[in-house]
Amino acid sequence: MGKLTGIIEDIRGDRKSDRVVPPSGFTTRLTAFTAAAMAFLAVFALALSLAAGRLADRWDAELARTSTVRISAPEGQMAAQSEAVLNVLRTTPGVETARVMSDEEQRKLLEPWFGPDLSLDSLPIPRLIEVIETGVGPDVEGLRLRLSAEAPGAVLDDHTRWRRPLVTAASRLRLMALLAIALIATSTAAMITLAAQSALAANGQVIQVLRLIGARDVFIARAFVRRFTIRSFFGACVGTGAAMLATLLLPPAAEEGAFLTGLGFQDFDWLLPLAIPVLVGIVAFWATRMAAFRTLARSM
Amino acid sequence: MPLAPQRISFSLVLATQGHHSKYLFYFVKIAYKAALRKNLTRQESEHSVIELKNAAFSYGGADILTEMNLRLSPGSFHFLTGPSGTGKTTLLKLCYHALLPSSGVVRMFEQDVRAMSRDDVAKLRRRIGVVHQDCQFLDHLSVAENVLMPLQVSGREDEMASSNLMELLGWVGMADHAEAKPPELSGGERQRAALARALIMSPDLILADEPTGNAAWEMGQRLLSLLVVLNKMGKTILIATHDLNLIRTAKAQVSARVLRIQDHRLQLAGADL
Repeated sequence: MGKLTGIIEDIRGDRKSDRVVPPSGFTTRLTAFTAAAMAFLAVFALALSLAAGRLADRWDAELARTSTVRISAPEGQMAAQSEAVLNVLRTTPGVETARVMSDEEQRKLLEPWFGPDLSLDSLPIPRLIEVIETGVGPDVEGLRLRLSAEAPGAVLDDHTRWRRPLVTAASRLRLMALLAIALIATSTAAMITLAAQSALAANGQVIQVLRLIGARDVFIARAFVRRFTIRSFFGACVGTGAAMLATLLLPPAAEEGAFLTGLGFQDFDWLLPLAIPVLVGIVAFWATRMAAFRTLARSM
Repeated sequence: MPLAPQRISFSLVLATQGHHSKYLFYFVKIAYKAALRKNLTRQESEHSVIELKNAAFSYGGADILTEMNLRLSPGSFHFLTGPSGTGKTTLLKLCYHALLPSSGVVRMFEQDVRAMSRDDVAKLRRRIGVVHQDCQFLDHLSVAENVLMPLQVSGREDEMASSNLMELLGWVGMADHAEAKPPELSGGERQRAALARALIMSPDLILADEPTGNAAWEMGQRLLSLLVVLNKMGKTILIATHDLNLIRTAKAQVSARVLRIQDHRLQLAGADL
């Protein structure tokens, strides 16, 4: 309890004890700028992390419940094999719905590679059947065996092969964004420590005088801690505000769910960046406090 | 032995027979307050304010001070003399823990300095008023703020308003410079401001390094009178100086011992002083 009171006192401080340190404009302004820049980057890293998380969840949910049956058969057998596949799928437990994709849908799927004027008639395109699974899903190996027996040209693609790397990539991206936030916090602590040490070194005479007249270390440290914590906090507020505004001005998420346009915050996510100035303040408080006591321990 | 509160007023009558009785009254007042606050029985039970036992100090392999034995009793007045560079300032610094001895024991108010925490050192320094040769201040604050600073750092801010700051500054001849910044002061003014800062807490021990070194003769005498009065009120005084006239003048007013540093050792000065 006493320690907590001491910490609160350190932050609250008082204007008189603050005055014992001369106004070192440049160092503290630099600290405020650094805190603002770091908060700005942290907000974007947070946005990236949230977007990557949403993407991973969406891909995982969407792809986990769908699979495709691809039928490659001579033109005369295509309709019969398609019908046979649909019959198999309709009687398979774990399959919710199955439908043959229209030519228009298949053209859209191929459009990114072949352009909008693709004529499906001129290409030996396999027929695609979209399968929506129930939550439990079918016995994939059993379904493959039945399909090969009923429609030799049918191949079941349950998306596992490419779903896993995608979800893994998105999860890694989220992890990297979180790592970036941790690095930003560490760098902020390092930079504030350096700035505090520089300010302490520049005020060697002040420290010497204060020690001579009976000031305890906590009194001297408090003046520096308060100054750096407040400057860092307000710097981070500015940086966070600017970054949130920039995020707000990003293009809205497209219907297609393109990743870059989905970068930002949704609903209550907007509250998360507000924690960044508080975290920067806490980091600045501890970094300055540790630097101050380490420096003071070297003085008599 | 320090004077009890009831005896201080008697000393006041004797001390105020000279000039500046108004200022002297101020010092008696603060000493009286301090005596009540600090509980004199505790002070009287202390056998020494500062004690050095075979203390030595060396720097870069060279011996600066060796076999230092010194004991400052409460209420004593000592001069420390010797040629420049013999270690007077170093000895003073050992006395208030600005330096640690290379060997031997240094005790402040009966406590071994090596066994003291940094907070303990800070608290004990509040009982010591130090006037440096190179007086350092918080240059961005006014003289008045600097003088009041010891009260602030020791959490006695409630006494700042009632500290009769202007009277104190008036005594040391700095009333007109209360709002000046330390860099604007001359060497002598800085020393006088440092003396005021050292006295604001009514310390038990006053350590002064050439306190009149930069002062004019008249001001030097005035500062000496102040120190003599404070000694008569029970304060322990140790002054490092090579000004023999100052020592002779003081010895005419107070019972003072004169110590000399010679060949890195501390000796009692001869009868020539």
